Amino acid sequence: MTAESAPTVGGAATSSTWLPGWFEAWFPVILLAVVGGSLPLWGDSFFGIIATRVCVYWVLVSGLNLVVGFAGQLAIGWVSLLTIGAYVASALAAGRVTPEIPAYVALVIAAMFGAVFGFIAGLPALRLRTFYFAMTTLGLSTIVTQIALAWRSVTGGGVGIPGPSMPAPFDTPWGFYYFTLILALICTWMTCNIAASRFGRSLVAVRDAEVAAEAVGIYKPGLLMTVFLFSGALAGLAGGLFATLQSYITPDAFTFDLSVLFFIAILIGGRGSILGPLLGTAVLTVLPEFAAPLVQWSTFLYAFLLLVIVLLVPGGIADLLDFRNRKPLDQHREIRPRPELLTKVLEDRKRESVLELKGIVLAFGGVRAVDGVDLQLTTGEVHGLIGPNGSGKTTMLNVISGYYAPQQGSVKQDGTDFTREGSYTRARHKIARTFQTPRIIGESSVIDNVMIGGTLDGHASFVEAMLLLPRQRRDEKHLREKAMAALTLVGLERIAGVRADRLQHSELRFVEIARALMVEPSFLLLDEPAAGLSVDEIERLGELIKAISRRGTGVLLVEHHADLIFDICDRVTVLNLGKVLASGSPDYIRSHREVINAYLGA
Amino acid sequence: MLVESIISNGLAVGAVYALIGIAYNVMFSASRVFSFTAGSVGMLGGVFGAILISRMGMPVVVGFLLTLLLGAILGIITEIVAVRPVLKSLDQHLYVLSTLAIALMIQQLTAIYFSTDAVPFPRVIPIEPGIFDQKFWLPILACILTVLGLEYLSRHTLIGRAFLAIAEDNYAARALGLPEAGLRMASYALAGMISVLAGFAAGQLLFASLANGPLLNFYGFVPVALGGMGSNRGAVIGGLALGLFQQTANYFFGGIFSSVAVFIVFIVVLLVRPEGLAGAATARRV
Repeated sequence: MTAESAPTVGGAATSSTWLPGWFEAWFPVILLAVVGGSLPLWGDSFFGIIATRVCVYWVLVSGLNLVVGFAGQLAIGWVSLLTIGAYVASALAAGRVTPEIPAYVALVIAAMFGAVFGFIAGLPALRLRTFYFAMTTLGLSTIVTQIALAWRSVTGGGVGIPGPSMPAPFDTPWGFYYFTLILALICTWMTCNIAASRFGRSLVAVRDAEVAAEAVGIYKPGLLMTVFLFSGALAGLAGGLFATLQSYITPDAFTFDLSVLFFIAILIGGRGSILGPLLGTAVLTVLPEFAAPLVQWSTFLYAFLLLVIVLLVPGGIADLLDFRNRKPLDQHREIRPRPELLTKVLEDRKRESVLELKGIVLAFGGVRAVDGVDLQLTTGEVHGLIGPNGSGKTTMLNVISGYYAPQQGSVKQDGTDFTREGSYTRARHKIARTFQTPRIIGESSVIDNVMIGGTLDGHASFVEAMLLLPRQRRDEKHLREKAMAALTLVGLERIAGVRADRLQHSELRFVEIARALMVEPSFLLLDEPAAGLSVDEIERLGELIKAISRRGTGVLLVEHHADLIFDICDRVTVLNLGKVLASGSPDYIRSHREVINAYLGA
Repeated sequence: MLVESIISNGLAVGAVYALIGIAYNVMFSASRVFSFTAGSVGMLGGVFGAILISRMGMPVVVGFLLTLLLGAILGIITEIVAVRPVLKSLDQHLYVLSTLAIALMIQQLTAIYFSTDAVPFPRVIPIEPGIFDQKFWLPILACILTVLGLEYLSRHTLIGRAFLAIAEDNYAARALGLPEAGLRMASYALAGMISVLAGFAAGQLLFASLANGPLLNFYGFVPVALGGMGSNRGAVIGGLALGLFQQTANYFFGGIFSSVAVFIVFIVVLLVRPEGLAGAATARRV
């Protein structure tokens, strides 16, 4: 494969680095392979056991990392899945429920149980706020231990049960070490692939810009459940390995301290990183082993570290290692869109399409924010929506994009009614939008932010992405090229690899437009795109919007800059107090007496 | 006898859950944030009592007052260290992690300097044990007094009204010149006192035990989540119901069944009604 199509974790685009792309993308795998593979040459058997422990923990943490570090779900009780995996593997291998089962098969079944319970543990995350979810995973870990204690016939109760023993060649300590190292390498490779795929980007989007994620068609429950299944499977597998490593397990082995270790390893490592949590896991596992007096204090130290990280370095190790984003940016950056490049991003739309809103009524409590508004958008036209503050412009936009379900009225596109469908369905109907306050993933690169817009373009399944199969590579290449084209179009191609939170406000507006264009929208809704832009930039923005509409996209422009509106709109609707005051051509509106009185001024 | 035992145990344990739930609520009202310390500080109520009265031989009243003081100090420390610094970025939910860190530190310090096993708690009132013993009615009494006290505070005192104002609308309260930070610290102190009161009153029932921390954390949160955040009535009704249910299930089906049943009810109810059985609708997102 070429460097160009290699996945780039954390998102370096085409920016030049002195390392080939694949090396950077798979650095965690390479590092683990080199250090782990050479360990028997320089370490003694004591090292070997600790390193095996690191590998086993990392199998779990690599999966949990997608849940915590990428999706931002505070799953603090993940030790419950380790416990389940350990007991399933041990009970099966020891023949407690069935005839004795070979260790490999027992491990696979443990992973399957882990997946099922990962799914169950994840269910509350779909609807509950963070603290609630953290609490439910905590509750689960308490209950699993209680069950392990009480269900004596299977788990051996407080007495315990022997772990599965591996057949040759993995029955020696070093043999077992290599077994876990290989699994750890595979897990690292798989999570690197997921992180660099549209799934990884979507997870981060759900974490940092949930509303924008919905607007580009990301369906959060489906995405999260997939990741919980995956992460649960790895945790279950790690449980089986843990039981073998311990050679004998009792409920005491699964203290909450382990959960804390897993969780904090990820936070120390840094959100959205794979290398960081890998180093975090290694450090936290190794440290207490080499400082015997620390063992008693290890949980206290973890907790203290957690506090320090949360308060002082929320970015973790990954942030400290992120040298690329320390380079200063050019201070005098000017945004120059190139509307002539639109042909590369948007297909010419031949078929005319109409988006029709009828009799929309939406009240918040006693306030009728929108009170019976009709609005009709046609492809190929720029439609301006203006009015004083609080007249219902943004509310209308939110009704069209599905964040609000109106109490009365309908939203139809060419006769298809989707008034009450959720916001994540709008991108499938080719409706894209930008936000009054840009909704950007600050920790991702600019190009990753834009690629989010093409999420629905991806065809490869989660498994294909995980294993980096051909369809996934094609997806990725296509998306990256398209995103680069969109960035070049809006004039931001030179900062494609920069972390988005380093950009100026005006640049973020254009990033949002590029992201919306990735949907190849029939209708593009722009919520005050000119706010915060310089006069020159507004003029160029106007040209860009005009050009977009001439490619056959219908644009709805909510704006306060009257000049921009009257320059580029084909039709203007004026709202006042939730009702349509006037609607018609720009000239008609400009001379409309009531509009002048209510809004434009003399 | 059996019914009496279930009811007295259930109500007593339920009152402890309710008190922890109220502690959650007091912190939530002042800061819009839940803290993982509620249960661990509650556990410390029992531990402090056992140390001060049994080990150091202090009179019960002195030990009790000192316990309350220590609870208030822990509340204030939580507020200063783990809550105030992360309130600026509420959307990142860092408070979940920072308060968890404090709770873990409390647990670990207790394990190292006190004991990992349950330790008996002294008799608070020197009377003979009876059928309806002080170990049952003390938590209930503590719960009633706390609810009445909070009620009085919010209805009849200026500071109580200021608390209400902050809980209702933080920004408006600050605009009116209320010392929001000070009041927040005060409510964390109050929450700390309520938590240790729960652990102290339940000392003879639950002992001074490290394991109480996570249990109180979870079972104290269940009534809050189900009853709706910030509602003390919900916490009390939910707490008592939870206690009675647990004791009944404990007796007839065993402790595991009751834990699993509570957990499943908790998750299912919240999946169906994330705002709780008596909660209000959610806020605007866009």
